Amino acid sequence: MAELTYRGAIAAGIAQEMERDPAVVMLGEDIGAAGGVFKLTEGLLDQFGPERIRDTPISEQAIVGAAMGAAMTGLRPIAELMFSDFFAVSWDMVANQIAKTRYMTDGQVTLPLVLRTANGAGLRFGAQHSQSIENWAMAIPGLKVVAPANPADMKGLMAAAIRDDDPVIVCEHKALFAEKGDVPEGEHVVPLGQASVLREGSDVTLVALAAMVPRALDAAERLATDHGVDAEVIDLRSLIPLDAQAILRSVAKTSRLFTIEENPRVGGWGAEIVSLVADEGFYSLDAPLVRITTPHIPLPSAAALEDLAIPSVDRIVETVTRRLDEAR
Amino acid sequence: MATVAAAPASLDRETGLALYRIMQECRLLETRAQELFFEGLVRGTTHLGVGQEAVAAGFGVAMRPDDYTLCTYRGHNHNIARGVPLAPILAELFGRATGLLGGKGGSMHLTSVDHGVLGSYAIVGAHLPIALGAAWSAQYRKSGQVAVCFFGDGTTNIGAFHEALNMAAVWKAPVVFVCENNQYMEYTPIGAVTAVPRPAADRASAYGLDAIVVDGNDAEAVHAVAVDALARARAGEGPSLIEAVTYRHGGHSRADPGKYRPDDEVAAWKARDPIPAYRARLEAAGVPAAELDAIDEAARAKVDGAEQEARAAPEPGADVLETQVWADGSSRWRN
Repeated sequence: MAELTYRGAIAAGIAQEMERDPAVVMLGEDIGAAGGVFKLTEGLLDQFGPERIRDTPISEQAIVGAAMGAAMTGLRPIAELMFSDFFAVSWDMVANQIAKTRYMTDGQVTLPLVLRTANGAGLRFGAQHSQSIENWAMAIPGLKVVAPANPADMKGLMAAAIRDDDPVIVCEHKALFAEKGDVPEGEHVVPLGQASVLREGSDVTLVALAAMVPRALDAAERLATDHGVDAEVIDLRSLIPLDAQAILRSVAKTSRLFTIEENPRVGGWGAEIVSLVADEGFYSLDAPLVRITTPHIPLPSAAALEDLAIPSVDRIVETVTRRLDEAR
Repeated sequence: MATVAAAPASLDRETGLALYRIMQECRLLETRAQELFFEGLVRGTTHLGVGQEAVAAGFGVAMRPDDYTLCTYRGHNHNIARGVPLAPILAELFGRATGLLGGKGGSMHLTSVDHGVLGSYAIVGAHLPIALGAAWSAQYRKSGQVAVCFFGDGTTNIGAFHEALNMAAVWKAPVVFVCENNQYMEYTPIGAVTAVPRPAADRASAYGLDAIVVDGNDAEAVHAVAVDALARARAGEGPSLIEAVTYRHGGHSRADPGKYRPDDEVAAWKARDPIPAYRARLEAAGVPAAELDAIDEAARAKVDGAEQEARAAPEPGADVLETQVWADGSSRWRN
């Protein structure tokens, strides 16, 4: 094992795949000479050269469209969108072109490409640079969506996304860039579509994603210590493909489900999970299915307000204990 | 300064006949599709390129078999010009299982990767960046391929046009952007909504490119600029932007009779129909009328055959509804 930051794991995953396959190329704003505005691609230009690490103008439609054209014709491009909010600028390319072209051409076109993007809140950037857009992406048939929560998964899921023959959106959480963790030495790949049970428990299931995963784990510790509640924590890792069985298995054991989501409330990924469990896991349930989310608001910039908006450890603990008390 | 390509010296006979044949196949298939719409066999919408065939033919004949075509929802002609068979095109318009896209795409999305057609795109401007990406791939792979991207005059006012032109010029990508200026942005004269008289050519200098205007109703003139632009792209000299001036004989789409256009304007352009004009030129160059009649007859027979095949083809079944979302052929999103 080697200790890496989440930030370093991004570059490590990309480098691992670029060394392995000359068809892997990357394009985006400030990714080359500058090493990325979040220093996520530092060193890659030196290692792989300007033919494979291409700086672009501020042209999100051209960046994403060019990735699609390259993927159609034998390359495995990685496009960086500096902030996930900028998906809105290139949404035609993502939602209309990349997601639909394989189906519309009855399989003639294959699009092995990755769209990487800095996602999520915590840096006090306000409503246009802090969103969690994973629920936008998962709503469109034809897109795979992953959102790693730790350095090992970051490297391994990045590698799997690059190797995958379909378009994959990799949500890199801004609040996690500096987090450190052990990453297996040598080639490391984590398959898409496998949730990870990070803490086993028997009383409640907490399902979380990306930056909500460490909060769910902290909340689980406090629930155990302060309230005698034994929580199971599942890191979904991947929204599409979705490891529905991991959730259903856990709920069969605990009979209670809480989702912890950073995206705004309406149409968040938790709604899909809750609907799935209501449909297929209903008879194991002992209590209502509960979603802990950001309110349905644009995100504020002030630290005090942003902290109130995003589910916190306090809010998770409070919600779980209150809902358990109600059920008693 | 716009350079207006002059009609070149006559092409060799084989090339000239190929231009004529392709234009005639395009015309006959599209006019047949129109008739079949009134029979209720062609569904949904179609956007005909009747009157614009010389652009597709001029490029189609000049391109290498492994070059890439990306075109718009007005793309039947560009598919035919790359050699895509007529039967699967018509079957796709009918929504049949034997359609080019198995009935999943329809008229606006004709694609045949085997013929170099990377797609027909129905969101205006989207395919310019995608063509740039295909060209970037060819450049990276050193394959010598060129991507040719056809679009309408209306496209020159959408952001993707400008993003793609700039990035293609900066990267010296082997891509040829071809604006088919048919004078109308859907129902609106292009001049009424564009700041410059030449919607494409007058923007070329913004990207360090030559302003190239060609008579888009002259198949040989189009062929000549195509040969030049393709050679430049293959030589690593970067993209070209070509404005081919032409005219849509009909309305924007099935729903549009095109009544907003002055009658004398329509009549003047119909008098400049690229197909009879080119036939006259070939005859003047000594091609016997009987030989051209035989090409017409063969094209008609192809269209007849395509119609018979499409009529006989089955509708797609439920078994294909949820296939080909992913590369493994499935649409599975969960376990």
